[in-house]
Amino acid sequence: MKKKKKGFWKRNIGLAFVMPWLVGLLAFKLYPFIASFIYSFHSYNLFKTASFTGLENYKYILGDKLIVKAFIQTFKYAFLTVPLELMFALFIAYILNDKIKGLNFFRTIYYIPSILGGSVSIAVLWKFLFKTEGLVNIMLGALGIPAFNWLGNPDGAFFVIVLLRVWQFGSPMVIFLAALKGVQGDLYEAAAIDGAGKWKQFLRITVPLITPVIFYNFVTQLCHKFQEFNGPFIVTQGGPLRSTTLVSLLVYNEAFKRNEMGQASAIAWLLFLVIMTFTAVAFISQKYWVYYADEDGR
Amino acid sequence: MNRKEKARLNLFLRYLLLIGLGIVMIYPLCWMIGASFKTNSELFSSAGIIPMAPTLDGYRNGFKGYEGMNLLHFMGNTYKFVLPKVVFTVISAVITSYGFARFRFVGKNLLFALLLSTLFLPQVVLNVPQYILFNEVGWLNSYLPIVIPSMLGGDTFFVYMLIQFLRGIPKELEEAAEIDGCNVVERLWYVIVPMLKPSIVSCALFQFMWASNDFMGPLIYINSVRKYPVSIFLRMSMDTETGFDWNRILAMSLLAIIPSLAVFFMAQDSFVDGIAAGGVKG
Repeated sequence: MKKKKKGFWKRNIGLAFVMPWLVGLLAFKLYPFIASFIYSFHSYNLFKTASFTGLENYKYILGDKLIVKAFIQTFKYAFLTVPLELMFALFIAYILNDKIKGLNFFRTIYYIPSILGGSVSIAVLWKFLFKTEGLVNIMLGALGIPAFNWLGNPDGAFFVIVLLRVWQFGSPMVIFLAALKGVQGDLYEAAAIDGAGKWKQFLRITVPLITPVIFYNFVTQLCHKFQEFNGPFIVTQGGPLRSTTLVSLLVYNEAFKRNEMGQASAIAWLLFLVIMTFTAVAFISQKYWVYYADEDGR
Repeated sequence: MNRKEKARLNLFLRYLLLIGLGIVMIYPLCWMIGASFKTNSELFSSAGIIPMAPTLDGYRNGFKGYEGMNLLHFMGNTYKFVLPKVVFTVISAVITSYGFARFRFVGKNLLFALLLSTLFLPQVVLNVPQYILFNEVGWLNSYLPIVIPSMLGGDTFFVYMLIQFLRGIPKELEEAAEIDGCNVVERLWYVIVPMLKPSIVSCALFQFMWASNDFMGPLIYINSVRKYPVSIFLRMSMDTETGFDWNRILAMSLLAIIPSLAVFFMAQDSFVDGIAAGGVKG
């Protein structure tokens, strides 16, 4: 504004700052993104040249019962895990927000699983907990419930990997807690004077006011859960009867065990389209249920 | 029951729930600590935490390692890529966010839209071509595929988080610095970085946790046992376990998460602030 007529870099110094990122974007994001789209129409592995096969890979996927099953299991997994996780997160955050002594202590306890949950160590631990002779069955036994072969039963194993994620509700909880702090106290006071109980206050005041945060948590968690890999890979190895073979695991197997790079890319692209569809639907649905106090909100 | 009694009962129930659920959440971890000191026969017979016949066998055997490489070797491998990754992530995220938050330049809107869309780009679509790319440039079986993308601002989440923070910082100080003759780089270093410090710490901490937990990256790119990070080593030990050396596996798993736990306890507040700010704003 002050000085005019400078060199290109003088005028666009900001571009120099974002240049490394731009190079990374092109090399490690944009190029792979387009390449995987192209691979998905080829029969391709590391030992032979790619041959164009048109829609063959996609036809194969839709006709293969096991691949379709992986998609169905992934849906079930995401739509079971995310609502459960968010319900726990919001409920506990709501209780913690209400002048609880030892807030920091409880917050730490609930947050620790989120910090460690993604690690292999915890996956190993879960395998131990749910063995037939493991801790969970010992405890159930003390209550008189007979031992159950969690990891040997398709539904049991599925439940175990769902629980592993729900257990990590601490990180959305911390986000909810911060959002709840922003809800003004006088709203509750006014509602209490009008005779609204705690439960009613929660449903009529708290939930509507933090719908933007619920929305944010929902979309990000859904994206992650559609790509779940560690739990199924380490704890249940995709079994039994492929009940925990989620799509990411399938992509991994196709690409890095069977060396079917084209096939793997096609499956990954289908998953990408699924995720995009749900994200888009979520964004469109915003105007029906997400409340933004100011126009500044997204 | 009058109102006061009702309120007290309510409060009591809330604490009961918080404590009860807290115990359920944390018990598996406590059990793990105790179990690593148990004998293998006791491991699957009692639900208690305190071992009846404490033994260090699990740890002793854990440190024997594999073909002359002990657990510390593999933990060392993990931090050989985690630490550079954290440092480079922070540097590249600060530089990129400074560019986006403080300057106008050609194509900025387009680039910013690209930045936002990569926030939602699932890694699963990128894995195959990235692998083929890294194979062609000869980076497989090294830590380069894990570190280099971070050096080039590949962790968009952190870039975005810092942009959000920078937008909240008033520009007056920089303008004053400019009048005093500071150039753009000096303004970044002497004005922006000190103010961004809390957010930078949050970024570093999260990247430390995520990179240490990362499993799929090393699984795909590293193929010699000597270079395995501890995550892959643990998984390998679990698979090749022929006898019933359970306490050894638990002891090693526990040791592997101690650095993460230590960092978490030292910097708890930064974590909570970081996640809350990042989440609410973005």
